[in-house]
Amino acid sequence: MSNGTSVKGGGTFRFGLLLLAFPLMLWLFLLVVLPHIDLFLVSMRERISYGKYEFSLINYIEFFSEPLYWNTYVRTAVMSIFATFLTLVIGFPVSYYIAKFMRGKGKNVLFLMCLIPFWVSELVRTFGWMILLRESGVVSNFLQWSGIADGPVEMLYNDATIMVGLVYTSMLFMIVPLVSVLDSLDDSLIEAGYDLGGNGFTVTRDIVIPHAMPGIASGCIVVFMLTLGNYLTPNLLGGKDSLWFTEQIYTQFITRFNWESGSAFGFLLLVLSSLIVWVGLKLSKQTLSETVG
Amino acid sequence: MADQFDLECRNVVKKFDDFTAVDDISLAIPKGSFFSILGPSGCGKTTLLRMLAGFQAPTSGDILIKGSSVLGVPPNRRPVNMVFQHLALFPMMNVAENVAYGLKRRGVNKATIAQKVNETLARVGLPDSGPKQISQLSGGQKQRIAIARCLVLDPAVLLLDEPLGALDLKLREHMKVELKQLQHEIGTTFVYITHDQSEALVMSDQVAVMNAGRFEQVGAPQDLYYKPQTAFVAGFVGESNRWHGVVGGGNDHQVEINLAAGGKVVAKRDANAALKDGQAVEVFVRPEAIAIDGEGAVDNTLSAKVENVLFNGAASSLQVREATTGHEMTVALPQTGTFASVKAGDNINLSWSFEQTRCFAASDVGATA
Repeated sequence: MSNGTSVKGGGTFRFGLLLLAFPLMLWLFLLVVLPHIDLFLVSMRERISYGKYEFSLINYIEFFSEPLYWNTYVRTAVMSIFATFLTLVIGFPVSYYIAKFMRGKGKNVLFLMCLIPFWVSELVRTFGWMILLRESGVVSNFLQWSGIADGPVEMLYNDATIMVGLVYTSMLFMIVPLVSVLDSLDDSLIEAGYDLGGNGFTVTRDIVIPHAMPGIASGCIVVFMLTLGNYLTPNLLGGKDSLWFTEQIYTQFITRFNWESGSAFGFLLLVLSSLIVWVGLKLSKQTLSETVG
Repeated sequence: MADQFDLECRNVVKKFDDFTAVDDISLAIPKGSFFSILGPSGCGKTTLLRMLAGFQAPTSGDILIKGSSVLGVPPNRRPVNMVFQHLALFPMMNVAENVAYGLKRRGVNKATIAQKVNETLARVGLPDSGPKQISQLSGGQKQRIAIARCLVLDPAVLLLDEPLGALDLKLREHMKVELKQLQHEIGTTFVYITHDQSEALVMSDQVAVMNAGRFEQVGAPQDLYYKPQTAFVAGFVGESNRWHGVVGGGNDHQVEINLAAGGKVVAKRDANAALKDGQAVEVFVRPEAIAIDGEGAVDNTLSAKVENVLFNGAASSLQVREATTGHEMTVALPQTGTFASVKAGDNINLSWSFEQTRCFAASDVGATA
C-alpha cells in the first residue's frame, strides 16, 4: 500500500490487469449493460404509429392497472420465495450429512449423485417429471394397478407439481455452497457445543447455522434468482394455469409482439429480484460481498 | 470409598475393528488433583479422553464420575467439560457469549449468568474482555477463555486435550505455570493429555505414561523420572543414554551387563524385575548422572572423546564417543562452569554409580519408541 511500491511498476501491473479484465468487461458490456440500456429505453416509449415512438410511462401504468399482470407478478415472487425455502429445508440436512457424516469416497459418490441429473438438459429432466406424473404416466398407472385409484390420475398442471419441479431443478445450487460452508466448520466446535450442555437443536441453532449463514444466503440467492427467472419448468409442469411472470414477458415479446410492454415487464422482474435479495440479505444480516466471497 | 475419586476407569477397552486403541485401562483420580496422561502420538490417549468426555463409548469396562457410572450418558449430560486441542471457541459469539453458552443451556437466569461470567473472566485474569470478539484475542487469552468457558459450569473434572500445543515456546512455558497455579487455586480436578513430557512433569500431581493403549506406569513426576519401572518409561521420560546388552552375573543389588557393542556396565538390580543370566536387557543412564573426570562413584568408568559441545545455557551437554566400543553418549555439563573449556576432540573420563543405572528386560515396544 505504500506509495513507493505502488508507483514503481504500477503501470505494467495496471495494464496487465486491464488486459485480463478485458474479456469480462466486454462480456458484461455487450451482453448485460447494453441490452439493459436498450430494454430500458424501449420500455419508456409508446408506439404511436408505424415507426413513430414517443416517451411515455404507459407500459408501466398498464402493468399496475391490469390485475392479471400484477397478480402474476406477486404470485411468482411468493412461489419463488417458497420454493427457495423448501429447497433450503430439504437441502440443509442433505448437505450436513454429506459434509459431516460422509468421509472420503462415500462423500464424493453422494456429491456426484447430486450432480448427475444436471448432465441432462433441463428440458429432458422436466419431461422426465411429465412421464412420471401425467394422466397416462408411471405413477398414475401404478396407482390404478395397485387399486389405490379407480381411474387415471392427473398430477400435472397444479402448483404442487410446479413446486416439485422447481425444488428439484434448484437443489444442486443449494447443496454446493452449503456443503462447502459446512465442510469448513470444525467438528470440534460442534463437539464443544454438546460438551457444554447443548442438544441437537441448540447446537444447530447457535453454532451450525450461524457458521453456515454465508452459504445459506448465497445458496438462497442463486436458487431464488433461478426460480424467479425460470420459464421451462413452470410452463411445462404448470401448463396454461401456471401464471409465471416470465411467461408474461414471453407473451409480450413473442405472441403480442409488444416489445415496449415486454421490456417494462423485464425491468420490473429485475427490480423485484434485486429488492427481494436485498431484503433477504438485510434480514439475515449478511452482505453481498461476504456471501459471494 | 468410591466418592473420594472424581474420576475412575475400570478395565476400559476401546476397539476399532481389529485395532485396540485403549487396552484395559484402570485409573482412579483423587479429588482436586492434576492428572496427566503422557504418551507418544497414536498411543490412545485422545481416545481415552474422548471416552471420558462421552464422545466415544468404551467397548468394555466402566467409567465412573464422582462414584456413579456415566456409561450411556451423552456428553451434554456429563459433569465433565473439555478444553479442545484447538480450543474450539465459537467465532460467531463474543467472549462473554462464549463463556455464557453453557449456563444458557442450563437455563440459568440472565442476571446470574452475567454475574458468573464476570466472576469467571476475572478469575482467569481477563475481567474486561467480555465484549471482545474471539479473533481479537491473543493465543494465551484464547486459552484462558477456553478454560473459563468450562470452569463457569463447575465441572467435576476438566479434561484438557493438549491445549498448549498450538502456542509458541515462550508462551507455552508461561501457560504451564499459569495452568498449574489456576488448578491449585480453584481445586477442580484436571485431566491433562499431552505428548510433551515437560508439560506433564511440571504441572502434574500424578502422571500416567501411556504406550500402545496401556498405562506403562502411573506415579508422581519424580517417581517416573527417578524410578522408571519399564524400559519405555525410562526411555520416554527425560533424556537417557541407552544400550542393549545381556545379563552376565551380579549379586543381590547389582546386575552385570555385557553390552552388545562391547564393554560391561554394572546396574542396579530392581527388586521386582527378576533378570536371569543371559537375558537380553536395555540399560539406561541419565546424562546428568555421569560425572566427568570425577572421583567418588566408580562402579562404571570409561574414557571417551568429545565429539560435540551442545551449549544450551544451563542445559548444556556433550556428545561423546566411547574410546573402546565407539558407542555414542550424551553427558550433561555441570552448571558450575568447571568444564566450560571442554571442546571437541578432548579426551575425558566418565564415571557413574550403579545405582544410577537401570536395566529392564528388552521389549520390542520399548526398542522402537
